[in-house]
Amino acid sequence: MTFVDYYKILGLEKTATPKDIKNAYRKLARKFHPDLNPNNADAKANFQKINEANEVLSDTAKRKKYDQYGENWLHADEYEKQKQQQGQSTSSRNFSGQSGGDFSDFFESMFGGQGGGRARQPKFRGEDYSSEIHLELLDAYKTHKRTLNVNGQSIRITIPAGIENGQIIKISGHGGAGSNGGPNGDLYITFSVANHSRIKRLGNNLFTTIDLDIYTAILGGEITIDTLDGKVKLKVKPETQNGTKVNLKGKGFPVYKNEGIFGDLQVTYSIKTPTNLTDKQKELFEELRDSQ
Amino acid sequence: MQTKHLIAIDNFCENHNVDISFISSLQQIGLIDITIIENSEFITTDQLLELEKFVRFYYELDINLEGIETVSHLLHEITNLQHEMGMLSNKLRLYE
Repeated sequence: MTFVDYYKILGLEKTATPKDIKNAYRKLARKFHPDLNPNNADAKANFQKINEANEVLSDTAKRKKYDQYGENWLHADEYEKQKQQQGQSTSSRNFSGQSGGDFSDFFESMFGGQGGGRARQPKFRGEDYSSEIHLELLDAYKTHKRTLNVNGQSIRITIPAGIENGQIIKISGHGGAGSNGGPNGDLYITFSVANHSRIKRLGNNLFTTIDLDIYTAILGGEITIDTLDGKVKLKVKPETQNGTKVNLKGKGFPVYKNEGIFGDLQVTYSIKTPTNLTDKQKELFEELRDSQ
Repeated sequence: MQTKHLIAIDNFCENHNVDISFISSLQQIGLIDITIIENSEFITTDQLLELEKFVRFYYELDINLEGIETVSHLLHEITNLQHEMGMLSNKLRLYE
């Protein structure tokens, strides 16, 4: 773990007074507090850093240890004890057990803690966790269950059909543990739904483009198309123009949390003209042209 | 309204260690609605998260009531814009 300079995080010198620390923290907290920066992961990370810095520097005893032992300040007591036992006076020693990641263990146990302000000692709600689930369009088409692993905890959730790309759902009480008897935080899951190669989605409606040969377009006929719900037969009217749109009611995407209700599927015909014609075929087209 | 959807303001203040006058001030500036049943004051559970946020603004960030009112309005705007951005972003995917 790289050394975290709490003074630098709060923009302070080592000589800062408690009032300087309080003011610096308050100013930065107003800038980065998650409540003031909805859905902003960078602000949340910054807030965690300044919160941790404040927790240490605003506490006289912790600040003293931090100033003396720097990155090993959490083990100051252990170090002092060892120093007394060994009767040594060395001032630098590496202790094992430093936490990994961006924040210290101390912070992990304190996040969501008080930042000063008006006097009160409330119960603190635990940290909110966030996670992301990537789904294929077909996955989002049907209600299904998934197991998530969030901070070592296994959570089985039901994903309702019709979930939107970018939609966030809250799983109450599955965030970090509260402190002073406060409630647990919540888990926020953001869904990322991938595009389908042939079928596009907008809300509950689906859009697809189907290639149509010129003969069926001119003379009419029946074609079979693939939908997310299986194959569907379509009657093509004679003299269908390129770009014609056909709306298939109820063949679109399921409406979120509305079992059995679906949007529409809009099919656009893209008429393909034949290539590599034989002489005979060219003659027939010329005959057609001349008959107009 | 069923009482299970209500939280007594006394209980909320006790649990969060906040002054009842703060809750009254929030009501006066229209940020929360208070329900009165048999002389007791309650808030509906759907306002709980918002109210807890106001408590954090006031007690942890030292934002006064006028500030909370302004911030609340701007956050509402941000949420609407983020929602609109999400919809537009999904619409753009039609052309990818």
